[in-house]
Amino acid sequence: ATESELKKTVLYDFHVAHGGKMVPFAGWSMPIQYKDSIMDSTLNCRQNGSLFDVSHMCGLSLKGKDVVSFLEKLVIADVAALAHGTGTLTVFTNEKGGAIDDSVITKVTDDHLYLVVNAGCRDKDLAHIEEHMKAFKAKGGDVSWHIHDERSLLALQGPLAAPVLQHLTKEDLSKLYFGEFRVLDINGSQCFLTRTGYTGEDGFEISVPSEHGVELAKALLEKSEGKIRLTGLGARDSLRLEAGLCLYGNDLEQHITPIEAGLTWAIGKRRRAEGGFLGADVILKQLADGPSIRRVGFISSGPPPRSHSEIQDEGGNNIGEVTSGGFSPCLKKNIAIGYVKSGLHKAGTKVKIIIRGKQNEGVVTKMPFVPTKYYKPS
Amino acid sequence: SNVLDGLKYAPSHEWVKHEGSVATIGITDHAQDHLGEVVFVELPEPGVSVTKGKGFGAVESVKATSDVNSPISGEVIEVNTGLTGKPGLINSSPYEDGWMIKIKPTSPDELESLLGAKEYTKFCEEEDAAH
Repeated sequence: ATESELKKTVLYDFHVAHGGKMVPFAGWSMPIQYKDSIMDSTLNCRQNGSLFDVSHMCGLSLKGKDVVSFLEKLVIADVAALAHGTGTLTVFTNEKGGAIDDSVITKVTDDHLYLVVNAGCRDKDLAHIEEHMKAFKAKGGDVSWHIHDERSLLALQGPLAAPVLQHLTKEDLSKLYFGEFRVLDINGSQCFLTRTGYTGEDGFEISVPSEHGVELAKALLEKSEGKIRLTGLGARDSLRLEAGLCLYGNDLEQHITPIEAGLTWAIGKRRRAEGGFLGADVILKQLADGPSIRRVGFISSGPPPRSHSEIQDEGGNNIGEVTSGGFSPCLKKNIAIGYVKSGLHKAGTKVKIIIRGKQNEGVVTKMPFVPTKYYKPS
Repeated sequence: SNVLDGLKYAPSHEWVKHEGSVATIGITDHAQDHLGEVVFVELPEPGVSVTKGKGFGAVESVKATSDVNSPISGEVIEVNTGLTGKPGLINSSPYEDGWMIKIKPTSPDELESLLGAKEYTKFCEEEDAAH
């Protein structure tokens, strides 16, 4: 897309005014970083906090009395078992059991589900949902959707996220735990608040009416007294990699199943017994027999591994490929995510990672690389 | 960003300083600024040949890998081993402590085809404006 065809979030001018380096991302012009380096931004998120504009992601409400059974055909989660006001990470699967997208879904009520899908997957996800919605409605099912293009999405992450946000709402945030959702007043406008994120830190994603997006961003930065910094997509990628979270398009793709991706935990117990989602036959068979490849983490020496770096065993045989990698600002080491043959996936397994034709020492390492700090009831 | 007089520059953002029979090569201040913190530098072995416009090494930042091309052809006589332990020298001192290789040029005429300081400054301005 040329510059002029790129979509702009309502915070575009705000980003530019704050020194944001704007780059094309999934059809949007988004800040890759601001004046702080990616290294400093990453460290500051874990030490203080970060504010990200993630309005390029697509918020969606599904409504209707049959909405739970409708969505359960498309995702692996036990949607029926979710309590009101709680959510989970899930995967939209295709008929072969591969991942169409990953998404955080929330049950607002029994007849209202709220989802956020990846910007880069928006068109195919919406087409997929729409196709199934038409068929479902033709059989008499009650479901409709609303795409929240009238809203913007801010992610507030890090140890100061909760104390800073608490200044702007009357709701007691100490009672809102990881994965929980509320509709509430924040800074004078009605927001959807989810205690979730993509950094491994405690934090929130705030869906705000777009006309109030800039003032909310300003208020959050101001209440933090400059400690929470605007943070771009560059540090966001470092943070999620340190947290061992998948980036769709790299670590998760159409041909990768949730089992291979290590997301077995996201398949509800009832769903494992009953199936009933696209590709369930493939996925349940893998669950029983074990997958042939598995997603694992690595720590390595030499240059940082990148997507598509080859992985070899100690004898020089190909055993897989890196799907994301880089230098960890927090650990000051190279970290990577990739897929290897089952059997070679155990933590401590020594591997070689091939970069520009040279072998580098690597070791399979448990993820997250940096401990997560989700706010859970103790 | 800083551009030094007296050096020659390649459009791929490397500099070369020619002194007697030796040419020192590194990446420019503009290049390091665009890359961000350098976390790893890959250098050739002394004795290998490098070719004008072809890659001889790589610079890795937190976000990306960049190949480094040789502005002129020659034989590598020395590499900056200090970059192994301190890759950040490329950021803090791109024209001095962050040099990458020294070569013995095989075709010193190639220097004539490179950009001077003024031309390179203009080249960077135009390139930034286009992005």
